[in-house]
Amino acid sequence: MFALVDRVGAAVLSVLGFVGALATFGGRAIVDAFRPPYEVREIVRHLYQFGLRSTPLILTSGFAIGVVLSMHTRATLARFGAEAMIPAGLAVALVRETGPLTAGLLVSGRVGAGIGAEIGAMRVTEQIDALEANAVDAFKFLAVTRVIACMIAMPLLTVMMDFAGIFGGYVAEAAVSGMSWQLYFERSFLYLEFSDLIPATLKTVVFGFLIASVASYLGFTTSRGTEGVGEASTRSVVMASILIILSDVILVKIIFFFYPQVPS
Amino acid sequence: MSGAAQDTAHAIKLDHVSKSFGDRKVLDDVTFEIAKAKAFVLLGRSGTGKSVTLKHIIGLVQPDKGQVMVDGRDITKLDRRALSDVRKHMGFLFQNAALFDSMTVGDNVAFPLRRHTDLPDREIRDRAKQKLADVGLEQEYDKMPADLSGGMKKRAALARAMALEPSILLVDEPSAGLDPITTAEIDDLLVQRKRSGTTIVVVTHNIPSARAIGDELAMLHDGRIIQRGTVEDLDRSDDPLVQAFMRSEGGG
Repeated sequence: MFALVDRVGAAVLSVLGFVGALATFGGRAIVDAFRPPYEVREIVRHLYQFGLRSTPLILTSGFAIGVVLSMHTRATLARFGAEAMIPAGLAVALVRETGPLTAGLLVSGRVGAGIGAEIGAMRVTEQIDALEANAVDAFKFLAVTRVIACMIAMPLLTVMMDFAGIFGGYVAEAAVSGMSWQLYFERSFLYLEFSDLIPATLKTVVFGFLIASVASYLGFTTSRGTEGVGEASTRSVVMASILIILSDVILVKIIFFFYPQVPS
Repeated sequence: MSGAAQDTAHAIKLDHVSKSFGDRKVLDDVTFEIAKAKAFVLLGRSGTGKSVTLKHIIGLVQPDKGQVMVDGRDITKLDRRALSDVRKHMGFLFQNAALFDSMTVGDNVAFPLRRHTDLPDREIRDRAKQKLADVGLEQEYDKMPADLSGGMKKRAALARAMALEPSILLVDEPSAGLDPITTAEIDDLLVQRKRSGTTIVVVTHNIPSARAIGDELAMLHDGRIIQRGTVEDLDRSDDPLVQAFMRSEGGG
């Protein structure tokens, strides 16, 4: 019995220790972001890597999700004879939640794994020490630049995903009912307000922060050679995905507080 | 700054430095000083704390006890910015080269110049090319580190370490993985650097290199310096380990 309590206690302490270290790491990243040098070249390089090179994944996934959501929405709304509401229902679902959350999870898979592996490999091959030996702040050069780039890239990718999803929904709808693009687009935005789009898109800035912070932290603390690099990469995706979903609960609650969901 | 009087005669001084990693004591009360423009060679079997000693000198590892003085300043007490300023005057060749594998060989050598000088890009390229030519790699400027052999990576990393013309050069096993002719060329290069005023600390197992470069040699064993002196002093040593080292002529 005591052994079990011991083990649970040790696990809780380990989790708390990890969360504490991660919070310190992320906090330092935010503070250091406002201190020169600003490493603009590195940020732009990462924006290309994280943002532009993620667009095929985001656009393809967004399109597919739009098609699938359209099929589901049609099946449900057709029962009530409300097919005309399909574009609006799909747009609201995509913009408010499906788009931001899916984009966050996809980016945590593509970018989080990459950051964890790259920084982890740099740790075990002494490249991080080499940066420091060259009088470069490795934390700022590697972690802060990635955190900033990821925070900028996430909302942009989310907007792309939203539009790709709406377009996918249109294609699915047009195939079934032959609805025109103009009508579909008009109906999509019938019930969509800025209070749907802006907070939901901006919350992905937090997702970007979580993805890059977790992955950079795990990369920086990598040990045990190539095995450690693989572990850093895998754990980056797992931890970032969990944190995105957990933080989403809180963020949605905050958004609801500022924009109460009462039918007008 | 500590209250200790500034020692400006020596480029580097380790004062009773001890360091443990977990239960393992890696350095145990290590003390030595290196005069400016001299070459100091650290000898010893693998795992005796030679690389850790070098990393102390550039502040990559902090001692548990003792002082690490560089140009009269205790670098263990410097803040990040001041330490960074000290490092700009130092070059470090890592045991495993540690080239940045996302950059070309040329960009690796140009990296410290781009970071710490205001030179135009053309001048930086020319200087980086010259540094690569010094180590016989002028043709490899646009290659990626992954395309180089182990010995070539080492030489490219040496070119990077020398890019800013540092006043202190820390070199971890410069001849590991190199053929005897290239080893001799690297030794000549280090001797030239020393003659032009650079203080050099070399970790090596290569006794011919140690004889060629070193003004003073020290033998580390189990984290302690067991013998220190000129090549002649170590040649005359009664210590069996020192004798075994000094009689070996193998490289590596």
